[in-house]
Amino acid sequence: MMACLLEAPLRISVLSEVTATSRHYVDRLFDPDPQNVLQGVIDMKNAVIGNNKQKANLIVLGAVPRLLYLLQQSSSSLELRTECAVVLGSLAMGTENNIKSLVDCHIIPALLQGLLCSDLIFIEACLRCLRTIFISPVTPVQLLYTDPTVIPHIMSLLSRSQHTQEYITQIFAHCCKTPEHQMVLFNHGAIQNIAPLLISPSYKVRMQALKCFSVLAYENAQVSMTLVNVLVDGEQLSQVFARMMQRDKPIEMQLTAAKCLTYMCRAGAIRTDDNCIILKTLPCLVRMCSKERLLEERVEGAETLAFLMEPDIELQRIASVTDHLVSMLADYFKYPSSVSAITDIKRLDHDLKHAHELRQAAFKLYASLGSNDEDIRKKITETENMMDRIVSGLSESSIKVRLAAVRCLHSLSRSVQQLRTSFHDHAVWKPLMKLLQNAPDEVLVMASSTLCNLLLEFSPSKEPILESGVIELLCSLTQSDSPALRVNGIWALMNMAFQADQKVKVEIVRALGTEQLFRLLSDPDTNVLMKTLGLLRNLLSTRPHIDQIMSSHGKQIMQAVTLILEGEHSIEVKEQTLCILANIADGNTAKELIMTNDDMLQKIKYYMGHSNVKLQLAATFCISNLIWNEEDGSQERQDKLREMGFVDILHKLTQASDPSLCDRAKTAMQQYLA
Amino acid sequence: MYQVLKEVGLDLERANQIAGFHTNNKQKIGVPFAAVFLINFLDVCYQEKELNQRLKRLYPAVNEQETPLPRSWSPKDKFSYIGLSQNNLRVHYKGHGKTPKDAASVRATHPIPAACGVYYFEVKIISKGRDGYMGIGLSAQGVNMNRLPGWDKHSYGYHGDDGHSFCSSGTGQPYGPTFTTGDVIGCCVNLINNTCFYTKNGHSLGIAFTDLPPNLYPTVGLQTPGEVVDANFGQHPFVFDIEDYMREWRTKIQAQIDRFPIGEREGEWQAMIQKMVASYLVHHSYCATAEAFAKSTDQAVHEELASIKNRQKIQKLVLSGRMGEAIETTQQLYPSLLERNQDLLFMLKVRQFIEMVNGTDSEVRCLGGRSPKSQDSYPGSPRLFNSPVHKASSSQTYQTEQNNAEVEMELDHFSNGVSESSSNGFLNGSSTHGIDLEECDGDMVDSAQSKRQLCGGSQAAIERMIQFGRELQSMSEHLRRERGKNSANKKMLKDAFSLLAYSDPWSSPVGYQLDSIQREPVCSTLNSAILETHNLPKQPPLALSVGQAAQCLSLMARTGSGSCAFASVDDYLH
Repeated sequence: MMACLLEAPLRISVLSEVTATSRHYVDRLFDPDPQNVLQGVIDMKNAVIGNNKQKANLIVLGAVPRLLYLLQQSSSSLELRTECAVVLGSLAMGTENNIKSLVDCHIIPALLQGLLCSDLIFIEACLRCLRTIFISPVTPVQLLYTDPTVIPHIMSLLSRSQHTQEYITQIFAHCCKTPEHQMVLFNHGAIQNIAPLLISPSYKVRMQALKCFSVLAYENAQVSMTLVNVLVDGEQLSQVFARMMQRDKPIEMQLTAAKCLTYMCRAGAIRTDDNCIILKTLPCLVRMCSKERLLEERVEGAETLAFLMEPDIELQRIASVTDHLVSMLADYFKYPSSVSAITDIKRLDHDLKHAHELRQAAFKLYASLGSNDEDIRKKITETENMMDRIVSGLSESSIKVRLAAVRCLHSLSRSVQQLRTSFHDHAVWKPLMKLLQNAPDEVLVMASSTLCNLLLEFSPSKEPILESGVIELLCSLTQSDSPALRVNGIWALMNMAFQADQKVKVEIVRALGTEQLFRLLSDPDTNVLMKTLGLLRNLLSTRPHIDQIMSSHGKQIMQAVTLILEGEHSIEVKEQTLCILANIADGNTAKELIMTNDDMLQKIKYYMGHSNVKLQLAATFCISNLIWNEEDGSQERQDKLREMGFVDILHKLTQASDPSLCDRAKTAMQQYLA
Repeated sequence: MYQVLKEVGLDLERANQIAGFHTNNKQKIGVPFAAVFLINFLDVCYQEKELNQRLKRLYPAVNEQETPLPRSWSPKDKFSYIGLSQNNLRVHYKGHGKTPKDAASVRATHPIPAACGVYYFEVKIISKGRDGYMGIGLSAQGVNMNRLPGWDKHSYGYHGDDGHSFCSSGTGQPYGPTFTTGDVIGCCVNLINNTCFYTKNGHSLGIAFTDLPPNLYPTVGLQTPGEVVDANFGQHPFVFDIEDYMREWRTKIQAQIDRFPIGEREGEWQAMIQKMVASYLVHHSYCATAEAFAKSTDQAVHEELASIKNRQKIQKLVLSGRMGEAIETTQQLYPSLLERNQDLLFMLKVRQFIEMVNGTDSEVRCLGGRSPKSQDSYPGSPRLFNSPVHKASSSQTYQTEQNNAEVEMELDHFSNGVSESSSNGFLNGSSTHGIDLEECDGDMVDSAQSKRQLCGGSQAAIERMIQFGRELQSMSEHLRRERGKNSANKKMLKDAFSLLAYSDPWSSPVGYQLDSIQREPVCSTLNSAILETHNLPKQPPLALSVGQAAQCLSLMARTGSGSCAFASVDDYLH
């Protein structure tokens, strides 16, 4: 008795709340007579059921370590050990703080150890408690994987009883959060062991097994590929899932089965034109978006549907006409509704909680729906207040909503028509620019990508964006550590430079700085390199611009061109570089930079004889510009190039099998004949 | 085709006959033509069979005697610019198609019955013709057929050229995608919430119309030359999974029934059910069970135990085919009952005659007939439910349905083993109450099924039967003189006598009378008559409420409440 009192933590503020009865329960755990201890635990069990305060009291009074001690003691009777596990499970059912205290007392290893016992009742009590702990968001799931022997052992317990099946599958479903977790479970035979449970007589077991498959298959090709070949009672798994999506099944089951099939489809294990996707999964997910479903279900349904059809235009087309989906989604923006605010505080609270989630899910689904088809984009923008909703979504406090809104905007910005009309009418560039000022990278990537489209030459938003000082912003993006942001930054600049005024071009070169420009030309990311070359090419268009830029930066540009032509680069990169050279050759004074550079001329000659037609074409184009008749000094250039053997090459190329190359060579030859 | 031929293999011979393929004219008709003709014919047979099966599966609650289902387009209910072919399933346009004034529609043969709950048909666009101005939808009887569906009051359509829906109006609303050659358009009417949605190639397009009126006909309309569409009213599997949609609504309706509030004070509900069960047990004279039940639920029984036992005794006699004893016992216990009710007596006697033929009545049995035990095999419930008795004239249907339910309930008890101690003595053959049924039994128990002989095969018994028949005849004449013609009695007697016209009455067209099932209605009529003399209800409240529920459902079907489709009383009697 004395020992026990000393063990109790002396926290005055809490102690004052601790009732004498709670203390009495703990005291009895220390009784020397095992029979009394057992009775004490049973009484404790009855006292804590549904009583959160009592649970907290007992935890504060140190009941947990003692219960764990009794549970682990091999000298304890099985009955006592089982009752201890039951009480601990009951304590875990309380608040998140309870769970934290239990985890801090190392309950997880103790219970996992308990699973090695042979007694089924005891194992079930331990699993039940583990289940309650692992499904709590405060428990680190990693604790399940710390000891490598745990998973195989738990897997072997699946055959013991319906209860072990229910608890274990529920634990797996909650603790499989990363690709590593998926692989651990997969490698220990999760699929073979859990598949038969899909036809268990117990609904709970079926449901948890189904959830397991949804988390296992998510973005996992290996699992998905294995799943399609699994037979359950002679039936393919996809058929089993399809049956679980029947409309008289509980919504939870329909939705989870649809998720499984979606993940298998996205992982490439099921074709998108398979009937079970096109006629079952897709309509099921559309139904989940309907007003009749709970808000949570609508969020999950929309997100899963967006994921399913993201890469497939046919699915997007079907979904866009299924059950008025496009207008059904407009309803996602009506929470909290004005009615709920007045009539029902509880409802308002519920609505508020889900409002952000609903909006972001709707934006995601719109983004996915509109990613390829122009008609669908039109339908979306014509939905009530759609553009206004996107605009306000872009400046919402929730980052998830902002991201989804900008994704949606990006998807719609692929439409020439929308860029010309609704985008301009709603001045979407304004919130977009604001969003770009300081946002996390993932938002920035989407926003800058959208900006690229808004800066396309035909976009009426291009002018106002230019005036808002976008150049500095884009230049700063090109210095980002993220390749995606560098690409978008330089891409946007490239679009901006296309057929731009001299003023804009000068401003771009000034803001970017030649140093940065050349740094980008040696960027490890090919995309960045390509877009930078594209920018250069756009800068070097129309004669006066070419001459002006080459007169100030000619040396560096020629150097960069040489470096790229000499380096190990793809055909596309070299082609782009040769095109730049061709543009330089079109300048009045700039020409001389090539003509005086014999090394460069040799390179051009080399590429005219290259095995790749695209490179031959670009190089020939370059020569053609150099020998063009009507310009000053053309005669000298023609002579020099003839001496270098270009005429012979051109002559040979007039026989080329590629018609455009042949034409180009003939046009060039005519310059000599004239 | 091979499969089709295989499926209808049995009908092949018949088909040959009907199609006129006798060996002698086989050579006259070219073989290819004959083959095509035969195949087409078989195709139609097969289609017909599949159609009936599918319709029965989809719409089990529809009583087709009362409300037939649409099976094809009506050659009578169409505009002249419409041509029909392929068993009135294919529709083509044969007008000029110059202006909307040349539009033409056709309706199906019958309106959609409300008892479908959910109704569905599909139309395949064979050709969009010149402009594809096709409308698929619904219209009420009498709506102008020189129009496309949707343009007029009580007319609804979805049009292929613009994808718009037309709800009794000349101007459409944007609804779905356009449709053209090769597309399959489905139209689903939900008769529970009176809405309609369409499908395109198996994908639901969402609600098109709400607040639909009842009794709409499937309708299609065409407007330009070359337009051809085929209907599928169930002849083929549907592209859209309509059964899945129906499953959802069945679940919804059943959940609604399950959740129906049963009043605030649950105790009252329970007491009422207990009362109903008790009265049911008493009614059917399961006295020991009734006694035990009343005791455990703390209720009073409204009939004296002795009286219940008396009725039980009589019922047992009737059900075991011992009509003579039954009549005698009734006369002893209720002296004035049969005297006052001559028609009832007549019915009992006719039954006695039948039992004599059967060899089960005690009078002939003691003359060397066979044991009643051999007839004791109690009828199984599914047979009972489908027994022809229930398809009597409409005024009787109600009554017999209730008999039905009673028997069903009884069987429930047996199978549950609740009443094993007492009331079903005749089943177990070891009665603890009532008279001993074994008294006259011989050793011929097993012979019955194999050798069925008139009156059990005894000459004396046959003579007795003939004599009894004469008495019956004279009673019938007497009754007619006293009370005028009674066609029911006349028919009853005629049917009973007809048994003698066959060498094997059991397998004759009137042999059903010999089936022990036929004792049930006699038994319950007699039981009801006895109860009436005691001022007790003719029917137990439980059977009454089951009957009422069934009646309600058929009333709902008639008044257009589609939810009756998914609330079969049978579903709740297990």
